Amino acid sequence: MVPKLILITGRTIKQGEALHKGKDSDEYRQATGFVEMGHLDRENLGVEEGQRVRVRTAFGEAELELREGNLPEGMIFVPLGPAANALIGVETRGTGMPDSKGLEAEVESFGTSPPKPALSKVEGLGGIEGGLV
Amino acid sequence: MRIENVVCPFCGCLCDDIVVKVENNHITAVKKVCTNGRSLFLNAHTGAARPTVDGEEVAWPEAIDAAARLLADSASPLIYGLSSTASEAQRKAIALADLLGATIDSTSSVCHGPTTIGIQSQGEPTCTLGEVKHRADLLIFWGCNPAEAHQRHFARYSVSARGKLTPQGRKDRTVVVVDVRPTRSSRSADIFLQPRPGCDYEVLSALRALLKGETLDVTEVGGVGVAQLAALLERMKSCRFGVIFFGMGVTQTGAKYLNITELLALVAELNDYTRFTAMAMRGHGNVAGADCTLTWQTGYPFAINFARGYPQYNPGEFTAVDMLARREADAALIIASDPVAHFPRQAAQRLSQIPTIVLDPEVNLTAREAKVVLPTAIYGVSAAGTAYRMDNVPLPLKKVVDSPQPTDEEVLSQIIARIGSVKK
Repeated sequence: MVPKLILITGRTIKQGEALHKGKDSDEYRQATGFVEMGHLDRENLGVEEGQRVRVRTAFGEAELELREGNLPEGMIFVPLGPAANALIGVETRGTGMPDSKGLEAEVESFGTSPPKPALSKVEGLGGIEGGLV
Repeated sequence: MRIENVVCPFCGCLCDDIVVKVENNHITAVKKVCTNGRSLFLNAHTGAARPTVDGEEVAWPEAIDAAARLLADSASPLIYGLSSTASEAQRKAIALADLLGATIDSTSSVCHGPTTIGIQSQGEPTCTLGEVKHRADLLIFWGCNPAEAHQRHFARYSVSARGKLTPQGRKDRTVVVVDVRPTRSSRSADIFLQPRPGCDYEVLSALRALLKGETLDVTEVGGVGVAQLAALLERMKSCRFGVIFFGMGVTQTGAKYLNITELLALVAELNDYTRFTAMAMRGHGNVAGADCTLTWQTGYPFAINFARGYPQYNPGEFTAVDMLARREADAALIIASDPVAHFPRQAAQRLSQIPTIVLDPEVNLTAREAKVVLPTAIYGVSAAGTAYRMDNVPLPLKKVVDSPQPTDEEVLSQIIARIGSVKK
């Protein structure tokens, strides 16, 4: 467990391209189904790139593929999409805008226990497969 | 057939120099376009699609009737989306909201809504992208990543654009990126400042204090050295024409609209020294148009409720995420948007619990939860219309292929007419 990282969500080129290929496409799933983390945090967590991890905030959690990126220590990035939505709350503090960036988050490796099935079906959310728990 | 000067409807850049090749009513190639725009044109669904009610295909009159009855029976309908449709359709959506006593909100509320609130309290010293191209010698990108979200912004309007007073393009400009993480955009910067997450307000306040001649008794503010801030401020004061482009990095974090108020106050105060402007990096192709159209129709840019028979404005109350999370909407009409894909999950889930009607060219994730799905033509691809660029300049979207589908404007007009007869 890496305690209290800061989660940033945002657009990426691949997420933007994949939007038009359909949100049930493999491209969209891959473009939105990962979490990026800096080298040091990844080593501290003891996971390899490509492994699946569980990201958790006060509002929800998502199982995502781990990727290493050029991020400052203590920060993680998840692209806009169904997985990011699962991590964000609905409190807008009178603005209409949820806190979509700067949330406290934890990342947990699965260790030796087998991960939950990666492709789980989500009821009530269009049957999106992948990335969500 | 080769069609030139096509406007790409994808993002707020509305690049108007796209070349589209069409053969037998199919788009076969797109030139001068970014990867997002190319994907939009080449994957556009322009064939025939039938509307559905409860997942079953029905004829158009039946679908319009079902939509009209759901809306007429609702005590508190929510109309949401609007940012990827034309302003002609936005006008109809507002007329429908007025007729129903509904709440109407655009994707602005989860994008630059805080910017609008900031502008309302502070004012907006701004300009057009043409002025940036021709005049700006200092470009500051704050909390935005155009290299990924607005891919041709640098080349067409800002960093490397060659203008009348900036004939050498990139060489004639200083580029500053302020972001909590290194990005593709920061690779293009001469100066990269990296504040800690959520510290934009503090950094902007420190710049304002320095501008007023105050001495700061600290060495760093929000993770940025005071010496770096002082050096940046000197560049800002001494440039010929400066602009701060800002994005979700400032609207979605910490103080939200207060970040914007502080940013706009700094920009206004810099005008004591030189010409300085600010511009929001608007995301969707016509999200600026949603703000403009709502404002000239109702007086307010988003988060509007007609329940009392006149428009009331209140972000936090009449914004879509709040309306859904508090279970205050009992029916929803989603136009050209996919909130199930982009809202916090708890708000998105509410859409599957209430009757939802979707107008969209795509069967998106929201459409899969919807009771009524009305597949429409794509503005800028298979329908003509008007969209507003991020600098609020309206541009005409072209129709490059024919579509058997009706436009959002036509469908909304039919729903309005049908509600008139349902209510009689």
